[in-house]
Amino acid sequence: MGETKGKTLNGRSVVKFVSDHAIIFLIILLALYTWANSQNFMSRDNVGNLISNVAPRFIIACGVSGCLITKGTDLSAGRQVGLAACLAAMMQQTLDYSARVFDWMPDMPWFVALLITLVVMAIFGAINGCVIAFLKVPPFIATLGMQTLVYGLCQIITGNQPIGGFKESYRALASGNFFGNRFVPYLLLPALLVGLFMWFLYNKTRHGKYMYAIGGNENAAQVAGVNVPATLIRIYILASVMYALAGFLIGSKAGGASTATGTGYELEAIAACTIGGVSVNGGVGKVSGILVGVLVFEVLKICLQFLRFDPAYTYIAQGLVIIVAVALDLRKYLAKK
Amino acid sequence: MSEYRLEMRGVVKTFPGVKALDHAQLNLRPGTVHALMGENGAGKSTLMKCMFGIYHMDEGEVIYEGEKVQIKGPLDALNRGIAMVHQELQPIPERSIGENIYVGRYPTKKYGPVTVIDHAKMYEDAAAVLKEVHLNFDPRAKLGSLSVSQMQLVEIAKAVSADCKVLILDEPTSSLTAAEVEALFTIVNELREKGVSIVYISHKMDEILRISDEVTIMRDGQYIGTWESKGLTTDFIITKMVGRELSNLYPQRENVPGEVVFEVEDFTSINPKSFRHASFNVRKGEILGVAGLVGAQRTELMEGLFGLRSHTTGKITYQGRELRITQPKDAINSGIAMLTEDRRATGILGVLSIADNVSIASLNQYLIGGIMLDDGKIEKLVQDNVAKLSIKTPSSKTQIQSLSGGNQQKVLISRWLANDPDVFILDEPTRGIDVGAKYEIYCIIAELAKQGKSVIMISSEMSELIGMSDRIMVMCDGRVTGFIDGQEANQENIMALATQFE
Repeated sequence: MGETKGKTLNGRSVVKFVSDHAIIFLIILLALYTWANSQNFMSRDNVGNLISNVAPRFIIACGVSGCLITKGTDLSAGRQVGLAACLAAMMQQTLDYSARVFDWMPDMPWFVALLITLVVMAIFGAINGCVIAFLKVPPFIATLGMQTLVYGLCQIITGNQPIGGFKESYRALASGNFFGNRFVPYLLLPALLVGLFMWFLYNKTRHGKYMYAIGGNENAAQVAGVNVPATLIRIYILASVMYALAGFLIGSKAGGASTATGTGYELEAIAACTIGGVSVNGGVGKVSGILVGVLVFEVLKICLQFLRFDPAYTYIAQGLVIIVAVALDLRKYLAKK
Repeated sequence: MSEYRLEMRGVVKTFPGVKALDHAQLNLRPGTVHALMGENGAGKSTLMKCMFGIYHMDEGEVIYEGEKVQIKGPLDALNRGIAMVHQELQPIPERSIGENIYVGRYPTKKYGPVTVIDHAKMYEDAAAVLKEVHLNFDPRAKLGSLSVSQMQLVEIAKAVSADCKVLILDEPTSSLTAAEVEALFTIVNELREKGVSIVYISHKMDEILRISDEVTIMRDGQYIGTWESKGLTTDFIITKMVGRELSNLYPQRENVPGEVVFEVEDFTSINPKSFRHASFNVRKGEILGVAGLVGAQRTELMEGLFGLRSHTTGKITYQGRELRITQPKDAINSGIAMLTEDRRATGILGVLSIADNVSIASLNQYLIGGIMLDDGKIEKLVQDNVAKLSIKTPSSKTQIQSLSGGNQQKVLISRWLANDPDVFILDEPTRGIDVGAKYEIYCIIAELAKQGKSVIMISSEMSELIGMSDRIMVMCDGRVTGFIDGQEANQENIMALATQFE
């Protein structure tokens, strides 16, 4: 919020800056330590790997951020990603694949499959939005219901079977790289576009201003003439579209999709947003912060992997990071009292 | 032993960027009502929060019953016999009245090793305490079943139940009706006779002069002085509070009411206890005051017109054109603006910037290519308003919640001005705003009327209504009971209409 701007640099403000960004500094230190102990850490392979892990998670986190900024949440994000991945997968199996699910479906280019996935998933977002905006069901409950519902649907349409046998053109989307090396995966491009789009939407459009207004004070926003239901519905539709895009990319990256795809992604996305400064009290949150939040998580995971920790410890570390980050975030508000 | 029950000396309290208290002091005698006065932001509430242990002071000392003490927190204060009724209530509406009175210090009994809450004793004690303050409520009833003013009285009962020696009342009458104020004064008098020292914070001069024995005035966190109430005049107090002479409480108005432009006919709520069959009109360039007691449904009627509440029948016309309003957006598009009563609940977007708060209702005007907002245009709008209404803010990026009440109100007025509305509904436009800023708000209202806008102003301050209105509409129990010309209005004829119950 620029409060520190214009003040001279002194010991106190440095301490404040460090404590306000403690988690980020810790992660940078951890990364440096890991790099010092493992020569492969900054290899092209590993950086490329980091980018392709961050990209879909960033897209999901961008989707859920709108819900969080309006004091809502979306627990159905992970399952929606799973359903989207399965839908995309079913449309992108090779024609001669023996276990092809939609065997009646003609061959279609990947962008048609993507478009269909986006449209289908948008319907789920619209339902979430309507339930929250018109029936006034608390977002936690509404999206919890949707989470379970989507999971069931996903089981039905996939027959509970994993889906494989993708066309090479689909697989190449996520596994390919720019400039022919591992360093810059294609996945960077959609993430970058989503980031730019979201930044523009949040900062330069009426929708963004209305979203922050609703998060800041829903009743006051209504009095000021903001169409609260319409804005909420748009937010949840956009969220689902983001999950659809992420699911489409994750399917391509993994080379297969199943009902388990995307499990628990909603919590990771919510945690990343929170670490990135999307306030749990609503009305606050920046796209750059979301990116930082996702990076913190992914860098942490890779570091612990390189330091040869048991994956179980990674979960413990992630859990601690979430709690500490939110505690530090809230401390900023408490201090103002 | 000194002559004082409690002394605060040289109290300094600094918040980031502000010196809220700068060597403030207060000397309380036993068995007196001590009024603490000052503009908003003078540090009254901060000083009381230091006394009650909510804040820890940076410098200074508290001497309580002859001993230097350190009050560690509210519980410590209560245990020492210092109780506080807060300006903003903190009720737990879903729990019983008794539980609300004893929350945090429930009476208990033991079953062997297990300590449980003694509900029977709690309700018995609660009933006794309620009786002491002349309240006839069932302590087992839900607190939420009471009105706001009744909850305030329960809050006072809670303070009394602590058997306090010092009682802090922070704006206790802000939501009370005249009859309830009388009831409160009876309680205060009884407590005074029992030897309790009462700190009484209020903006209402007549109350202060009636109830208090001594007055301490603060300004900008500093102690200005303490006087005996007897013989003090309103002018003297205001001069000391503001630090300069205020020649006039209300500005000279130059507006000339024209033809009738805004008409409301037979407006009735869907709630049978709320407004019904309300008909009135407003002229171009006229200030229509709306008077009534708490519960007269004035706010509800105006919120109904603005589309915040539903109505069954009723017709609204502007310049002969019928308006269809089902949500605030419709009202705004029809050229109506509304400054709501509760600034924090339905006005400001607290964590957002001044710029966002000013522009939120008129974003459609600053689009480039139909999509992108023109930040330059918005900044210009904000700067124009900051200059025009003399809003005191470090920058347009400052969070609105860090401004004073008066400046927040000006930001909200700017929000509506940006839409250039024809009809301005102002619900308690000067509530919780200090004397100096009030005058500025009055000037803005007068200017709006001069420009030919129709202003509807709800107020619970009689003098404000009489001083500012061209005409006063009086409501009672959901009905419009009459209109009085501004020139002829006085306390008596307004009250007569305001108490015309069916």
